[in-house]
Amino acid sequence: MRCRRCRGSAVIELRRHNAAFCRECFVNHVREQVWRAIADQGMFAHRDRILVAVSGGKDSLALWDVLLELGYRASGLYIGLGIGEYSARSGERARAFAEERGAEFVFVDLLQESGFDIPTAGKKGSRSTCSVCGLAKRYMFNRVALEGGYDVLATGHNLDDEAATLLGNTLRWQTEYIARQHPVLFAEPGFVKKVKPLYRLSELETAAYSFLRGIDYVVEECPLVAGNTQLRYKEAMNLLESTSPGTKAQFFLGYLERAAALFEEAHRAELGPCEQCGQPTTGRFCAFCRARAQIRGDDTARVPEGRAS
Amino acid sequence: MKVRLRNPDRELDVAGGRRVSEILSEIGVNPDTVLVIRDRDLLTREDRVNDQDLIEIRPVISGGAT
Repeated sequence: MRCRRCRGSAVIELRRHNAAFCRECFVNHVREQVWRAIADQGMFAHRDRILVAVSGGKDSLALWDVLLELGYRASGLYIGLGIGEYSARSGERARAFAEERGAEFVFVDLLQESGFDIPTAGKKGSRSTCSVCGLAKRYMFNRVALEGGYDVLATGHNLDDEAATLLGNTLRWQTEYIARQHPVLFAEPGFVKKVKPLYRLSELETAAYSFLRGIDYVVEECPLVAGNTQLRYKEAMNLLESTSPGTKAQFFLGYLERAAALFEEAHRAELGPCEQCGQPTTGRFCAFCRARAQIRGDDTARVPEGRAS
Repeated sequence: MKVRLRNPDRELDVAGGRRVSEILSEIGVNPDTVLVIRDRDLLTREDRVNDQDLIEIRPVISGGAT
């Protein structure tokens, strides 16, 4: 198998692009895709301070690596979730990555900051473990980015993540969630700008990039993720992709091109400050404060789920 | 030859002297969902592996809420 660009020996085949690449041309291909995403969506400029949410996994470390290689001012934020050895190993990988490159590394411990960790939240709250974990991370990412004065928060969501999320939201017709599913969420009062520069790249591409760049990422899966709905949607998309390469890209990139504006127009929400923490919400208390109150047995922000945002 | 699988970690013995695609097919793995690694190199579906090789089949899928 030959590289499409230089005719050298290929190390990876991308059936979606009907192409194969050698090591060097593939690394360039990934950087070009990220560059195109940044430019097409107006994500950020070289003068901006970027905070990259890193988990120690292949996607977020690949993103951080690409941004540094493209000359951006990118710092990393790692949230300690308290998931035993898994969290310890993930945090070590993220910290080591930063040290090797001399990049700024921000560590926030969820238990210290909020009074609960993810295993506890999964047992005590009404949300699933993955749901409360996602909520807590989004909340902390936003807060740390705002408090640190960063211009933009970047996450490592890839094409597979976005296609699977869109599939799940569409199957349940969660139109408000669909309306917010975009590679760029512009800053609003209380919300930092959020971007997903890997949205044009598949998981295969981000994993291969990390491997070929020698990035020491955590291969093991989170021990709490078993039975996760997102994984089932990914498996369904992979089944479709195996017989029709390009399906995920057509689904998600097609949504961005032809349908996203319709959903955004239909769901413009009025936001006000959360009475507990001041972050924006559509109700009295934000979802994070309500979840935290439930986990800790506080009454302060215990509004029934259906009566607040 | 030895095949190392991940999540959970385990090892299989399979016949070598054939293409990667045949091995993936035998063990029921979708080639678009894994990296196939030999030493420090990635292998494509068309690459051949030998009886004395050790390859790692590393999943690329990761889950969790977004």
